[in-house]
Amino acid sequence: MSRRLLVGYASAAVVLGIAPLFLDPYWVDVLNSVGLYALLALSLNLILGDAGLFNMGQAAFYAVGAYTAAILSTQLHVPILWALPVSGLVAALFAALVARPVIHLRGDYLLIVTIGLGEIVRIALVNDVFGLTGGANGIFGIARPSILDHKIRRPQEFFYLIWAFVALTVFLFHRLEQSRFGRALNYLREDPVAAEGSGVNTARYKLLAFALGAGWAGMTGSLYAAKMTIISPESFSFWESVVVFLMVILGGSGSIPGVLLGAALVVMVPEFFRGLASARMLFFGLVMMVMMVVRPQGLLPLRAPRFKRSDLPRAEPAPGAAPGGAK
Amino acid sequence: MEQFFQQLTNGLAVGSIYALIALGYTMVYGVLKLINFAHGDLFTLGAYLGMTLLTSLLLQDRLGTAAGLLLLAVMVMGLVAVTGAVLERAAYRPLRESPRLSAVVSALGASIFLQNALMLVYGARYQVYPDILPQNAVSLLGLTVPVVRIAVVLVSVGMMAVLYLFVQKTKVGTAIRAAAIDQGAARLMGIDVNRVIRLVFMIGPALGGAAGLLVGLYYGQVNFTMGWTYGMKAFTAAILGGIGNIPGAMVGGLLLGVIEALGAAYLSIAWKDAIAFFVLILILIVRPSGLLGERVAEKV
Repeated sequence: MSRRLLVGYASAAVVLGIAPLFLDPYWVDVLNSVGLYALLALSLNLILGDAGLFNMGQAAFYAVGAYTAAILSTQLHVPILWALPVSGLVAALFAALVARPVIHLRGDYLLIVTIGLGEIVRIALVNDVFGLTGGANGIFGIARPSILDHKIRRPQEFFYLIWAFVALTVFLFHRLEQSRFGRALNYLREDPVAAEGSGVNTARYKLLAFALGAGWAGMTGSLYAAKMTIISPESFSFWESVVVFLMVILGGSGSIPGVLLGAALVVMVPEFFRGLASARMLFFGLVMMVMMVVRPQGLLPLRAPRFKRSDLPRAEPAPGAAPGGAK
Repeated sequence: MEQFFQQLTNGLAVGSIYALIALGYTMVYGVLKLINFAHGDLFTLGAYLGMTLLTSLLLQDRLGTAAGLLLLAVMVMGLVAVTGAVLERAAYRPLRESPRLSAVVSALGASIFLQNALMLVYGARYQVYPDILPQNAVSLLGLTVPVVRIAVVLVSVGMMAVLYLFVQKTKVGTAIRAAAIDQGAARLMGIDVNRVIRLVFMIGPALGGAAGLLVGLYYGQVNFTMGWTYGMKAFTAAILGGIGNIPGAMVGGLLLGVIEALGAAYLSIAWKDAIAFFVLILILIVRPSGLLGERVAEKV
């Protein structure tokens, strides 16, 4: 991670840390929304940006996570924060299961299939599948989360919960980017044939990236359920997937700071033009077209990491080579 | 049995509309290898333009229903074709050399843009089409079928037949087929590939616009989101028949219409809109080249 980026994160953390003290609850709630979308966009970025898999059905995994948490909370009275990892796991398993037969499809076909998956999940929720999802009305009465017997209910309290999770996610995903797994994904995205030739098991890595991204969306879903206390199928429509997709594309596919910026812009800019609220999607469509012509790499594009002298101690030695490498 | 045959004719009517829209997807895909996401919204545009022209020009009163509708259809098809050409110029041509994702995202953006532009112009609510078609039904092999339903099938199949002959028998059609097989070689043979692409982006939307008009007349109401559902189903039809393959789109459309009508009748009406998606996923897993798609060598 470069020094500039660290300074950027640190100043963003300071500004966000004191923001609730100065903002009215409405704007705090807008920032909560930014945080949730940032999590979704980061989760999609893993799939779309890092692995290069066109997934337009992220709302489906978000929904699976939210509904898992809601069902655990209302039926089994599991505390919602305990349900968070479970909902991530369920979403990841679901994604692995449905993506397994289609993950090899080429870009635009995968896009269409994931759109289809998203719609099937939504229709299943509306049709009250298994009698657990409450049909078109959804599930209500989801318990508030509590930490150390302190019940979280005000927007300011949710603000710190959500943004702490965002900070954790950003940290982990940056670590992941640097890891063997992250590098394999980038390699896979740039040239699948060469990656396969160098011993990257492309099918396995694609599936892992897909499941991990979906699992993260699932955990975000349970945070959403905890915040709203009511969830219904209309919150997980195709347009949610489109908006999250737009955040990743707009900010810069594969770039974590870019994706964060994308989420902030897509959520906050419409707040300043509320008189034009009905033209919001029209504007988004236009942005998608113009961006692809003018700046397809996004606003804050991913910069290829450079190998520096200071990276030398961290470099993995070649098999059989003496530690420290040849001088 | 009565119900089965009613659903069958209904499925054929809907399916012929899917087929008509699917032709637009399949032709664009054949030449550019691009899924034109905005195609469904051009279909919606046709439906809305048809409604506006029907209620403002009142051609059906001046020229009689048949002649008036014919002239109206020509106008709608022309306007939607021009929109298609503009769209190609503005959103797709600048990206012809870009990576696939860029073109797909641009197409999706164009779709969202068109859809919301229609919403802002006409409003979000369902709009009712003027009722000008005869409501009578005929008895066909002991089955009572509305005349409109038969007309929809005949008109669609007629247009598809004309398109098929055009692509197979004329010089321009040959150029389209050549550009679909190999653009570079086509260029060397003196074919202006840019013009072919523009033409494809006019023929497809013209048929889509006609399908929009048919849907408006047949169902009597239109909505700005309908291009999305019809578009996805028509795309499924194109895949089912084998994308890039014109007869395949016709077969796929009719088949999907029948599957959907029978599925809704005998399995579950609540899952009607999911049936097409199940078919889509299944066909991509089992036979991605589609039913008639042997020609397509490209791996998906």
